[in-house]
Amino acid sequence: MDFPSGLLTVPGRTFLHFLAYLGQLTALMQELLIAFRSGVWRLRLVAHQIVAIGYGSQAVVIVTGAFTGAVFTFQSYAKFKDFGFETTVGAVVSVALCRELGPVLAGLMVAGRVGAAMAADIGTMKVTEQVDALRVMGVHPVDYLVLPRFLAMMISMPFLVAESISFGLFASYLVTSFGYDMPSTWYLNHMLEHTNMEDLSIGMIKGFVFGMLITLISCHQGLAAENGAVGVGAGTTRAVVISSLVMLIVNFFLSLLLNYIFPIGTV
Amino acid sequence: MAEPTPSTMPTPPAANDGSAPAFIELRGVYKRFGKQEVLRGINLTLQHGETLCIIGPSGEGKTVLMKHIIGLIKPDKGEIYVDGVHVNRLKEREMAPIRKKVSMLFQGAALFDNLTVEQNVAFPLLEHGVRDRKEIDRRVREALQAVDLDEHRTKFPTALSGGMRKRTGIARAIIDHSECILYDEPNSGLDPIGSDIIDQMILRMQRRFSITSIIVTHDMRSIFKISNRVAMLYRGEIRFLGTPDELRNTDDKIVQDFINGRSDITC
Repeated sequence: MDFPSGLLTVPGRTFLHFLAYLGQLTALMQELLIAFRSGVWRLRLVAHQIVAIGYGSQAVVIVTGAFTGAVFTFQSYAKFKDFGFETTVGAVVSVALCRELGPVLAGLMVAGRVGAAMAADIGTMKVTEQVDALRVMGVHPVDYLVLPRFLAMMISMPFLVAESISFGLFASYLVTSFGYDMPSTWYLNHMLEHTNMEDLSIGMIKGFVFGMLITLISCHQGLAAENGAVGVGAGTTRAVVISSLVMLIVNFFLSLLLNYIFPIGTV
Repeated sequence: MAEPTPSTMPTPPAANDGSAPAFIELRGVYKRFGKQEVLRGINLTLQHGETLCIIGPSGEGKTVLMKHIIGLIKPDKGEIYVDGVHVNRLKEREMAPIRKKVSMLFQGAALFDNLTVEQNVAFPLLEHGVRDRKEIDRRVREALQAVDLDEHRTKFPTALSGGMRKRTGIARAIIDHSECILYDEPNSGLDPIGSDIIDQMILRMQRRFSITSIIVTHDMRSIFKISNRVAMLYRGEIRFLGTPDELRNTDDKIVQDFINGRSDITC
């Protein structure tokens, strides 16, 4: 019996597309490095992007962080109480927010809000020939469109993660103190005792890496947009989906690496 | 200020006699997109100060040909020289000096939506390192006066008519003293008066700045008004190349059908 060639064709083609995509991202990263090393950073555009990314994402990140912290505390308190560990809720929530929930949820929200906007803005410029107009004027699109967004994201993202963690912890504190009448000293003492700079650093590093991934993936989708409004819409969707999935996957491996560097539970 | 009215038809400036080295030269240029072979061995030369109109049925690769000249598209085969430089060997970042000499007016003008008319026009100056505010203001004013748009300088592109957008595009193309402008369907979507105004602008640019021009157009009136030579692209090859008078008197049926708007050409 002949071997059905289609069985190999489909995964083979998918694999080749994946390799091509990785190649395009690598090429974009290389152009970004060239742009970065050129020293022409267009600080006015960077500032504009910081306002759009950093300032504009505050509400989203704060609400996400606060309600995640609150609900995590609410759920874990009830279970911990069964074992008589309720005073450790502060420590558990704090470490979880710093190491995982803060950066991951802030990253997902920023991917949805900022990544989509980046892909849509650049994609619209691409299909309306504004990107070609830049090139015709001797301006490399990566220098003008990607680098300022990249720098703004690198600056904004750690702050957004810090805000997400802070408001998550504050909400957690409110839930335990006012919802369960736990003495605030218990909560704060356990939290401060078991949370250290390494935990915070992991959150900041993850935020920084996620910011880079979101920018790279979203700007690539924008620059690759074709076929008018439909292409821009498809690129925007792909930007959010790919950014989110890549972030979750990278988060796992980053956690392994950072746990190795900053081991958990040594305090 | 009112838009200028169409004036009596001036004759286009005389072209170089051909003894000087070509400013633009295409040698055996081939381009294929998927299964469609768009350009099949295009040979073309253009002297300094010459105005060449490119005509041909839609989808025959006129814009593609133009984008090859400015390096927005690379040929599959063949060589393209601009002012003696082999442009299709250059990398994107090496194209900047060529793109200071050659600029392009896109079909939809490709103005930046977030910038005003004057910011759009000043963009090439700022990107090419001009920092003197007075110098920028003076040159923007001159460029906008040349296209009769000085009174609309603070408007955003969305507030402009199609003709005004194209004139803004022309101002942006000439502000950095380009030696050559490529016009992609400058008359499309304009009423006869708007179209005549654009033709007058192009003629004025030619006379005032001795600009070399390549114009992709479907407007037969414009061709006889503004061109020194006409090339007709048909099925990926140059079917006709000659003066407007030669075009008028050619006995090539396909060319005659096209310029007279007879639909037999597609049969």
